[in-house]
Amino acid sequence: MNVSNLLTNYEEAIAMILFGIGFSNLLLQKNLIKKIIGLNIMDTAMYLFLALKGYIAGRKAPIVTNGVQSVEAYINPIPSGLVLTGIVVSVSVTALMLSLTIRLYRRYHTLDLDEISVRLKKEGL
Amino acid sequence: MAFVQNFPFMSIILSLFAGPLSSVLGGKKAKWLNLAVISIIGAMSVAVLVFVAVTDEAFVYTMGHFPAPWGNEIRVGILEAFMAVFFCLIMLLCMLGGVFEREEEIEDTKQNLYYVMVNMLLCSLLALIYTNDLFTAYVFVEINTISACGLIMIKQNGRTLEAATRYMIMSLMGSGLLLLGICFLYGLTGHLLMSNIKEQVALLHAGGEYTVPLLISLGLMSTGLAIKSALFPFHSWLPDAYGYSTLSSAAILSSLVSKGYIFLLVKIFFRVFGFGIVRDSKVVNVLFVFGIAGMIMGSISAIWENNIRRMIAYSSVAQIGYIYMGFGLGTTAGVIASIYHIVCHAATKSLLFVAASGLTDVSGDSTKFLDLTGAGYRNKLAGVAFTVGSLSMVGIPMFSGFISKLLFAQAGMESRNKMLLTLIALAISTILNAVYFMKTVIRIYTPVPAEITREKGYITMKARERLPKSAALICFIILNLVLGLSSEPIITLFRRGLAMFA
Repeated sequence: MNVSNLLTNYEEAIAMILFGIGFSNLLLQKNLIKKIIGLNIMDTAMYLFLALKGYIAGRKAPIVTNGVQSVEAYINPIPSGLVLTGIVVSVSVTALMLSLTIRLYRRYHTLDLDEISVRLKKEGL
Repeated sequence: MAFVQNFPFMSIILSLFAGPLSSVLGGKKAKWLNLAVISIIGAMSVAVLVFVAVTDEAFVYTMGHFPAPWGNEIRVGILEAFMAVFFCLIMLLCMLGGVFEREEEIEDTKQNLYYVMVNMLLCSLLALIYTNDLFTAYVFVEINTISACGLIMIKQNGRTLEAATRYMIMSLMGSGLLLLGICFLYGLTGHLLMSNIKEQVALLHAGGEYTVPLLISLGLMSTGLAIKSALFPFHSWLPDAYGYSTLSSAAILSSLVSKGYIFLLVKIFFRVFGFGIVRDSKVVNVLFVFGIAGMIMGSISAIWENNIRRMIAYSSVAQIGYIYMGFGLGTTAGVIASIYHIVCHAATKSLLFVAASGLTDVSGDSTKFLDLTGAGYRNKLAGVAFTVGSLSMVGIPMFSGFISKLLFAQAGMESRNKMLLTLIALAISTILNAVYFMKTVIRIYTPVPAEITREKGYITMKARERLPKSAALICFIILNLVLGLSSEPIITLFRRGLAMFA
């Protein structure tokens, strides 16, 4: 384990740092919108990581346009497929979170989750 | 290929299509469609279970006729088929038991949306049980989360909205970690099908290559699924979500949703890494520690709780702790004990939720502990059912909880350095369970004077007044006694199923 490995794979390192930023935002922010932004940073970091796993230097996206059918000419398409699936999942989850946020905001006129908990205790439902 | 082998795929597709179909039907029709779908899938799963048990061999169903490393696969063994049958049974009983509450608490225009969620939940649970592909598992984990969130928030008040938000946040963190683990594993092995990954992991392990990334990937997936199934320090969303949502949702969430994730974790341990590698990796020791912490802390929180629904919810935290402690023992016996506890807890916890609602029905709809005094006399069947559930959770012989505690203790005896800790934790946790469950049982069988009954508006309810709920309670009691009295064939079935996993 040495630093030069980290430097040659700097893209993966950046993806992991982004994942950490997104994860800690999702966990620690009080504001619901900031939490959702954290979620999106986390998911995007994952797509970066997956895209890197499929990339092979000097090759093209696997779309046959000029009649070249050799496997050697193209990158691995599976991670790209996974990224697409991941984007679909992430969009639907974000939509659900945003709709929940709207509901909570209409009821309590705040985006602070802790504040909402305090008010719920006062309501004593 | 036998016709029965199509059934797992058919049951997933059937529930998947029943979901959108319910959205265009009216509330009543959607309800009957949902009951029919669950029953048909249950019957098909029984056929699959019989088929697999007779042939004594797991079968693989290739989707779209693409061969192994490229195509998607469904894989069915005894354990998978048993879980499908069992989940259908519990879901059917939960839906029956909560039918009155649903019609009361959910707006009329939104009745059918509830069944969309339940059908999608069933679809995702079946897919989690059957799939042989890690990325498909991830996608269905997310579908499971979204539909579970819908089940919580369908009863609209501030509590459920907040609970649903907290649930989503914790779940999304869990699925983020799970996806990261899967990506690492894909980067290392180049496969997504569990059987192919296992071959490659065995090669890597034998060559001593990439030990740290493998360990990290295993750790990320275990942590992710542990967060999603509410293992001890990640349980903050659980009491609100179970305590304030409508009855069927609470029962289904506690008995099925968390169990689906745990079953996926068992599959990852046995079918992706191989249990030998998991045991050597020491990840199990972490699960063991948190499992024991959950067993104790969950019960202590339950003792302090003043609301019966939240008390049962905190008890779930303790029971999830038991399951992870069984994994933590790192032996096959421990895992079998955990799987038995998954079944036992699903049967008992849904019984407790339905029985508790029967008790609150006759106590002026109050979930406060003091108001339940004497409720066991006012609704006799619910009182008996709650007592059965409590005895089972405490671990009295004859009931299902006893068998799982016995299996945990036996598995603990085999393990040399964890024996003492397991037995002490079991003993303490049993006493704590007894404290809060027996306290409740004594409370519901304490007679109240007639003038207080009039003053507080208590009513008396006969078993035939709410027939679906009474039928569900009787079925749950029978299920508990069956699990407690004739456990041997079921354990043998699990043993054979676990052997098929390898």
